[in-house]
Amino acid sequence: MTPLLHPYDVSKENGINGPLDFNLKADLQHVDKTFKSEISSVIRLTEKEKLYHIRILDNVERERFSFQPGQFVMLELPGFGEIPISISGSNSQKGFIELCIRQAGTVTNVLHKAKPGAKVGIRGPFGTHFPMQRMKGHSILLIAGGLGLAPLRAPIFYVTENRSDFNQVYIFYGTTDPSTLLFDYQYEQWRRVDGVNLSIIVEKPDANWRGPVGLVTSLLDQIDVLMDETYAIVCGPPVMFKFVCNRLSQMGMPRDRMFVSLERRMHCGMGKCCRCNVGSTYVCMDGPVFDFWTVMNLKEAI
Amino acid sequence: MLFRIIDKPDFRRLVDTILESNEVVGPKRIDTSQSGKPIHQYLPVKSFEELDLGYETTEFPAKTYFLPYKENLSTFKFAEDDWVQSISYRLQPRAIIGLHACDINALLKLDKVMAGGFFPSPYYISRRKNTFIVGIDHEPCEGAFCRSLGTDTVNRGFDLFLTDLGDRYFVAIDSERGFATLHTVRVRDVAGRDTQDYLEVRRRIASGFGPSLDVRQLPRLLDIEFESDVWKKWGAKCLSCGSCAMVCPTCYCYGVHERMSMDFTKGAKTKQLYSCNLVDFAMVAGGHNFRPRRETRLKYRYYHQHRGFVEQFDEPKCVGCGRCSRVCLAGINPPDIIRDLLAEEERV
Repeated sequence: MTPLLHPYDVSKENGINGPLDFNLKADLQHVDKTFKSEISSVIRLTEKEKLYHIRILDNVERERFSFQPGQFVMLELPGFGEIPISISGSNSQKGFIELCIRQAGTVTNVLHKAKPGAKVGIRGPFGTHFPMQRMKGHSILLIAGGLGLAPLRAPIFYVTENRSDFNQVYIFYGTTDPSTLLFDYQYEQWRRVDGVNLSIIVEKPDANWRGPVGLVTSLLDQIDVLMDETYAIVCGPPVMFKFVCNRLSQMGMPRDRMFVSLERRMHCGMGKCCRCNVGSTYVCMDGPVFDFWTVMNLKEAI
Repeated sequence: MLFRIIDKPDFRRLVDTILESNEVVGPKRIDTSQSGKPIHQYLPVKSFEELDLGYETTEFPAKTYFLPYKENLSTFKFAEDDWVQSISYRLQPRAIIGLHACDINALLKLDKVMAGGFFPSPYYISRRKNTFIVGIDHEPCEGAFCRSLGTDTVNRGFDLFLTDLGDRYFVAIDSERGFATLHTVRVRDVAGRDTQDYLEVRRRIASGFGPSLDVRQLPRLLDIEFESDVWKKWGAKCLSCGSCAMVCPTCYCYGVHERMSMDFTKGAKTKQLYSCNLVDFAMVAGGHNFRPRRETRLKYRYYHQHRGFVEQFDEPKCVGCGRCSRVCLAGINPPDIIRDLLAEEERV
């Protein structure tokens, strides 16, 4: 006798077995399948932070993977866990994904022991991005505090690679002391780009420090741009971007032209697990990139 | 929508037929409470007799058959510095007999999050589509405020929906498979007397509800009363145990963790339902907690139920089933909090 109720197999749905692409958000896909990848290089940045080059192993999957500055991926260490990490690299870079990761929790502690060649998983990209297209033709301030340089590095690459799209360009980076400076081998490369003003400031200088001393907000005094024709991207801890954005606002920049990136716990990246909710907003779907006006309207955001 | 009439013995025959080849879940009486009331749960049954279709409510919703409390999202096999991931979805069909309107409305809300919009979940969709749902009308439960939330009736989301007319059921049919399955036994067309009796039952049920609660104000009110003492009052009672989320038919939040076997050959990525009232819900790596206080976590739960969900889907997440207030060890009852918030505004 045939069963009264027939089994339904979701994996036979049209399209579900097509190439996995997280940019096609509305499609039914194997959303928990991870792109098998390899750590192709590990670059030591400071005592706590390393830069990982992650290469998706399958040629087709690697070619298909594309992201916008500001988006993040879920990095999976099978058997250990999965964590959300902002992409630090250039979106024109096709061969590998750059992730700058601080040793801070269970998964990152394991990751810091990983050697090149280790197999990890990547899902993504997820989330909103900095509106680089909308900023075209305007001046732009790229401001980072501490680990905030990791997510800011993606728009820095975008701006230095597409310098002609922008009017004036300023890059400001502040950190506590010189030993915590990230990507210190790269400042010279950015400085040499025609029309890029780069300033780095530390709070507690050591004997060798020759640069300015203080908070990143004090660098804002030197800029000479029309504030209502300028955009800002501000990445750093909430207390830092709050001060910077309030200062920029005093200087005349509309709050909806300043963009920040929020950090929250995430367990899915897909608007399901609720762990990243701020009030009623999913940081993984509506963010992590928000304009500052939106952040001001989110309860408990900062 | 199509309607048919089925005599009770024929409905029993229908359930028996399904039971021959498929799993059947339904309200089963499992115990008696201290006050002498029967306690029911949605559990697999082996015969029609085990079903108690006249039940008032269940302790747990039928959520676990769609969002299991624990579910492997993927498994890993490790060998030679490498791993292989495998993913599987539930394939076995199952019938749930006797869901009430609030619980079917809860599924419609879960559909919006899990099956619609962005990143539809194949895990959820496979369970949802493999579940044959027979709903049933019932007299209003004690303490339920479903009518205030518009979830006391339901027009879709099921295969069949029964209304008890004494010796027979008035059946609403909402799917082809519902129609086909129903017609494996004897049914007849609706006659004038059936419609009359049906409307009479519906009128009787509708008149049995207590005073309603004005929830339309809540989205705005929750923003205005964000710093209200109401939260301190109720937050001080809350034990942050998360029971409310476990028995909520629409709470879907979860945590993911991975494990490895002792011999390092196998691993699993497991999803486990969580609660926003648990202390580490919003804690990030490095130890910072975005919602360290009980009252902020309790407030967040109401915020999601009555504001966040409304913003996203134009309806509250709560279906008013009252399970959370029955299970709460601290005696926190959502209508009381809502009344407090409404009173707060009137006072100002």
